[in-house]
Amino acid sequence: MSETATPSKKQNSNRTSWAQELMVPGLAVLTGLIIGAIVIVASGANVFDAYGALFAGSFGSPAKFVEGFQVFFSTGETKELLKAIYPFTESLVTATPYIFAGLSVALGFRAGLFNIGAEGQFFIGALCSAYVGYSVKGLPMIIHLPLALLAGALGGAIWGMIPGYLKAKFGAHEVVNTIMMNWIAFRLSDWLLSGPMRSSGFRPVTPNVLATAELPRFFPDPLRFNLGFFLALLAALLVYWFLFKTTTGFEVRSVGANPDAAKYAGMSIVKNLVLVMSLAGALAGLAGSAQVLGVDHWVGQGFSAGYGFDAIALALLGKSHPFGVVLAALLFGFLRSGATDMQSMAGIPIDIISIIQGLVIVFIAAPAIIRWLYRIRSIKTEETVLTRGWGK
Amino acid sequence: MTNVLELRGITKRFPGVIANENVDITLREGKILALLGENGAGKTTLMNILYGLYKPDEGHISVRGKQVEIHGPNDAISQGIGMVHQHFMLVPVMTVTENVMLGIEPTKNGVFLDKEKVAKRISEISDQYGLEVDPNAYIKDLPVGIQQRVEIIKVLYRQADILILDEPTAVLTPQEVEGLFKIIDTLIKSGKSIIFITHKLKEVLAVADDITVLRLGRVVGSIAPQEATSEKLASMMVGRDVNLIVDKLSAKPGKPVLVVDNLFVRDERQHMAVQGVSFEVRKGEVLGVAGVQGNGQTELVYALTGLLPLDGGIIRLLGESIQHTTPRDILERGVAHIPEDRQRHGLILTFPIHDNMMLCTYYKNPFAKGITLQEKSIFSNAEELVKQYDVRTPNIYVNAGTLSGGNQQKVIVAREFSRPIELLIASQPTRGLDVGSIEYIHKQIIRKRDEGAGVLVVSSELDEILALSDRIAVMYKGQIMDILDASKTTKEQLGLLMAGVHPSEAKNSK
Repeated sequence: MSETATPSKKQNSNRTSWAQELMVPGLAVLTGLIIGAIVIVASGANVFDAYGALFAGSFGSPAKFVEGFQVFFSTGETKELLKAIYPFTESLVTATPYIFAGLSVALGFRAGLFNIGAEGQFFIGALCSAYVGYSVKGLPMIIHLPLALLAGALGGAIWGMIPGYLKAKFGAHEVVNTIMMNWIAFRLSDWLLSGPMRSSGFRPVTPNVLATAELPRFFPDPLRFNLGFFLALLAALLVYWFLFKTTTGFEVRSVGANPDAAKYAGMSIVKNLVLVMSLAGALAGLAGSAQVLGVDHWVGQGFSAGYGFDAIALALLGKSHPFGVVLAALLFGFLRSGATDMQSMAGIPIDIISIIQGLVIVFIAAPAIIRWLYRIRSIKTEETVLTRGWGK
Repeated sequence: MTNVLELRGITKRFPGVIANENVDITLREGKILALLGENGAGKTTLMNILYGLYKPDEGHISVRGKQVEIHGPNDAISQGIGMVHQHFMLVPVMTVTENVMLGIEPTKNGVFLDKEKVAKRISEISDQYGLEVDPNAYIKDLPVGIQQRVEIIKVLYRQADILILDEPTAVLTPQEVEGLFKIIDTLIKSGKSIIFITHKLKEVLAVADDITVLRLGRVVGSIAPQEATSEKLASMMVGRDVNLIVDKLSAKPGKPVLVVDNLFVRDERQHMAVQGVSFEVRKGEVLGVAGVQGNGQTELVYALTGLLPLDGGIIRLLGESIQHTTPRDILERGVAHIPEDRQRHGLILTFPIHDNMMLCTYYKNPFAKGITLQEKSIFSNAEELVKQYDVRTPNIYVNAGTLSGGNQQKVIVAREFSRPIELLIASQPTRGLDVGSIEYIHKQIIRKRDEGAGVLVVSSELDEILALSDRIAVMYKGQIMDILDASKTTKEQLGLLMAGVHPSEAKNSK
């Protein structure tokens, strides 16, 4: 028994510091921005103009902040101040569906499932919330709004549960089935929008949801910042609590990390797979609900801006941890939101943001590149199993 | 007599660990050097250095007096060094000839594979060393012992004269081990030199000309087999005196805990792996299940623990039938299971030790209240078990995957023994463990027996079966050949049964 585990002193605690956890993702973002800068230069534009506009578009311009506060304190007029915080709040608005959808994919990853169906679940959630939002009349907000949210969660849950059940019962791979469910969702929404759910107007869109189903906004128009953002943060907290503090969460993580050991320990694989896919579907559904009830108030064709697919990248970037997903979603929210200004102010095409996002994802998926670039020793901590092979 | 291979001052460091420190090894021409050491002693690292898979930080290697640089397996082969791996590197759906020529395919007219030439050479080698291998047989049809000979042929075909055998007896029946020793003898007589890596003391004493013992990456000593005894070698390996015999009083068997009647089980590929097995395990006794691996023992255990469905038969635990119930129900009835594959079933390697310590009871008081986990109880439970079972770990928060094999097994044993149990099912409980850990785990198993649990031990190690069992069932091709009283059984008897020969038949045929 002279053999002992001889880990180095650094590894003595499993609770690696936040700094270590954030190092690789942080450097990946930095490297993405640097290479993005090279691309901007190559396209003949000024990097400082471009990133300046990106910053102003996502956080707001510092000069306007100062001006806004000055006006507010001297006259009590809030108009300028609201203008100053507009970019920042818009970024949070953009981040809201990202948080929900990212949590959906991350939860799947934790159970060893690859939920590519977040996009479809997003659509179904949005449609269900919209339907309850415009068709159910005469309810007070305190009942109507939760009901509309619940409808979205439930719709998404059913859309997630079907592939979950097919996987657990028949071994049908969830990647294939969630993709199929996406297509069903897209075509279903096309039909609903052009027929049963179409408003009386000219365009194939749903009627506006009633005011009692809208997520309350905190500021006057045009600021769209609403309760949805805080619901998303609450969802992240709940997912964290579920995964790490409850017995069912323990089962989910066990099934994800080692299904054979989970079975040995008496856990039900079938139950957990169906449960996780349902919860993941509900979260992606809520992403759609938050978007329709908080921002758009109606659903039209091409309603999602690919939130469900970006969510996969978010879950990777956030290392499948709920709080990591929130940070990643904020990053994407700020980049996306700022990109619009970058295009209009600095004339840099919005696609540069896609390039930066793509680079960040590549670096996250292949951390060895970042470790090599910055000469970081690899720390052997718990690497989350993102998804199992096709065979299982 | 010349030294055909010398390793001098080999040092290899990995971050945080010194795998080899200033190791000197000498292989004399035409001799067998046994390299003895526990898991983690650095045997494998050393051989990987010799085979060019690792580069040593210090030290040098000389082959036939000439210093050489080995940068990869190809360099090793060109120096005449060949390795027979513990886990065979064979393609099951190919023939012996095809496997041997893999990587160095000779061709006719530059295009067509010249199988005939290779097959002829294989026959020659086979005849020369008494290997008795058919070049045209498919690997999947060959017994493990013959597959090993194919590996040896692969090495000889590449004209190696220094052979490294890595734990060659781990997968063999006693009779096959005899056969291997004969082959080794022939190889030596025709001038080959052999490094024999093992942790089995008796084999070392039986075949070696020189013995070198490694511990914690260093050479503890070299000794001639004439001067060595099992006890002496064991204490060199472990660094303290080791009790090789399990102290146990005779069993006081009580009522049957487990009754198995005419059990049939299919394996994951739907082959009938267990075919009509019946036996019982009584309170306070150890029933050993001996047999070469792959004769249905694994499926038997899976069926008993609910991991595989039955195809027929009855299983009764304390009088109640459990053949159609869930693993959880079986667990709750007081069955503890030390699984055969600890990394597949027994542990979640990416989870911290404290979570692995409550893997089967996480939903119960005191680990959970309602649906919330109680971290305080989880941590204190783990602290206590780590102390009680002497798990060597920096703390309870590191992942189970960072522990050595022996300590991983201790985590499983601690967990399974920490709840009240009626029946203990231990499958290959000490596979791959070092002498010290084996001693410890054997003691714990006997302690459970003496506390009144029924114990079923499945092992392909005869020494282990004989050391622990009160009665021994031998499995062959999914059936139980016989159930014997351990005190009246010899290794030879078991060996014959494991090979499918009933002693009475053996006598008649002689």
